[in-house]
Amino acid sequence: MERIPILKMGSYLLVTIQVDMHDRVTMTLQDELTDQIVRHKAHGVLLDISGVDMVDSFIGRMIGNIAAMSRVLDAETVVVGMRPAVAITLVELGMALPGVRTALNVDAGMTLLKACKKTGMNGYFARRSD
Amino acid sequence: MVILRDDRIDLHSVESIIKARQIVRDCAIMQGFSLVDQTKLVTAASELARNTLIHGGGGEMHIEVIIDGARRGVRATFVDHGPGIPDIDHAMRDGYTSKGGLGLGLGGAKRLVNKFAVTSTVGEGTTVTIERWR
Repeated sequence: MERIPILKMGSYLLVTIQVDMHDRVTMTLQDELTDQIVRHKAHGVLLDISGVDMVDSFIGRMIGNIAAMSRVLDAETVVVGMRPAVAITLVELGMALPGVRTALNVDAGMTLLKACKKTGMNGYFARRSD
Repeated sequence: MVILRDDRIDLHSVESIIKARQIVRDCAIMQGFSLVDQTKLVTAASELARNTLIHGGGGEMHIEVIIDGARRGVRATFVDHGPGIPDIDHAMRDGYTSKGGLGLGLGGAKRLVNKFAVTSTVGEGTTVTIERWR
């Protein structure tokens, strides 16, 4: 079966989607990613969708779910590399991916994740250190 | 109106949704659609193919590459023999869902194309036709 590789980079996980997402691949990715966040105590996930030429509501929901699941496991998700045509279509479809952080490329996404780790993206870290 | 290509794709598995997307993409490229127009049409087709599979219990997609005078377009028709939609206006609204999805399928697909038509008879099935022109 097709699988989406999950690479560990320091305390972050990098997921690059380069296959046409179908339902089983999507479900497997959610399972494996949550497992690996816990196993590696990852602080963040970079989800690279630069190879994805279409995001429909099913794939959009998958992206939202991954961000929500990661957050519950204390890891932030940044979606990087969305193609302009995909962004235009998603918004017109009615799906602006609320609650999902985005960056233009992997570099910018990494910078964002590191900044989050320092300051606390959702405020919990910040409050804890008060 | 001239029909340059006329194909039927069986929609009975999730893999067939991917096949449908690829064929719609090929047709949009054949007609010289811009990348944004290709993406909109393929996304709308993906939503409707999934509806046919999940809500209609499977069916087929009929795709036509058409020329009407100076206009070049692609038409896709999704046919199922499932339970049908009792209230189409209601089903078109964003947020309407019968199976726990986001409810963007029909209304969302409509916004991505130039022409959108649904006919449905309860107990007999649903047909959705979309067209996008260059």
